[in-house]
Amino acid sequence: MTSSVLECRALTKYYGSTMALDSLDLTLEKGRIVGLLGPNGSGKTTLIKIAAGLLTPTSGTIRICGFAPSPESKALVSYLPEFTYFENHMRVRECFELFRDFYDDFDETKARDMIRDLGVSPEKRMRELSKGMKEKVQLVTVMSRRSRLFLLDEPIAGVDPASRDYILNTIIRNYSEDSTILISTHLISDVENVLDDYVFIRDGKVWQTGSVEALRENENKSVDALFREVFRYEVR
Amino acid sequence: MKWEFNGKGPIAAQIVLLVEQAIARGELAPGEWLPSVRELAAEASVNPNTMQKALLELEQNGLVNTVRNTGKSVTTDTELIRATRDRLVEESIRAFLADMKSLGLDRAEVSALMERRVS
Repeated sequence: MTSSVLECRALTKYYGSTMALDSLDLTLEKGRIVGLLGPNGSGKTTLIKIAAGLLTPTSGTIRICGFAPSPESKALVSYLPEFTYFENHMRVRECFELFRDFYDDFDETKARDMIRDLGVSPEKRMRELSKGMKEKVQLVTVMSRRSRLFLLDEPIAGVDPASRDYILNTIIRNYSEDSTILISTHLISDVENVLDDYVFIRDGKVWQTGSVEALRENENKSVDALFREVFRYEVR
Repeated sequence: MKWEFNGKGPIAAQIVLLVEQAIARGELAPGEWLPSVRELAAEASVNPNTMQKALLELEQNGLVNTVRNTGKSVTTDTELIRATRDRLVEESIRAFLADMKSLGLDRAEVSALMERRVS
């Protein structure tokens, strides 16, 4: 029996002849907020999509709370994609109904409370909302499940600072000791104070992992500073 | 309360200092109830485990008390609060004097400078 929420062993993914994940090993324990950090094209989204059960690995294994990708694993995973998947014509209420139909663990009362705090009517259509508000509604929906693993792909990309604060606060308020939250981003300085651990990924491999506070304690260094050192040739 | 962090040093230690300062200047009053760890973490935009660790340290040095099943509150020990303020003042002065020394000022010059500034 394992206590890890996510476990990848020699996980490999090719798109045709292009390698996206190169025998990647990664273990995430429960109760952690983890940053998946790496330059563009390093494999972040591919890893998240495999964990969400949307892509099949070419080889290697992945387990979510011990389950291989399957309806069982999908029931434990809440996934926020990089790009919105709610249709423009959908009302906020209908997005909630969709989640209620798909997921037994969706807490609609909680979602409605959070939407009310945002000042958004459940009758609003997605196309009537600003980009920032759309992102928030989608995050609220995803975070209103009682999942074991939350996969958030670039949740703060392209939003203003106030929206960014709202999104980070929503993540913190919904954090539970039984679940693990994996946040992929390249905006490290914006999220690093929220993280327990960092995972640097590069060329489809895990390059370095560690505790954010231990890095500050032992090396007096922020994750942002470390990232710039490690990836100094790639960061432009 | 304003939560501002810098890139150096553990966040937990920075939280401890900010809370100590707020208690020392009375912004957090003796006996005042604190929000939950999760709420404080959200307010400060920091990791909940880090906030928990900072509060534990504040408990250990007696500035914060935990009442079981109720929550956490600021100490009512005014003697301890005064001693905390004295310690923070002392630390600031020491850091300031070290800075002045690194700029080549001796104690008499600093003293004369302060005299003019404060009066």
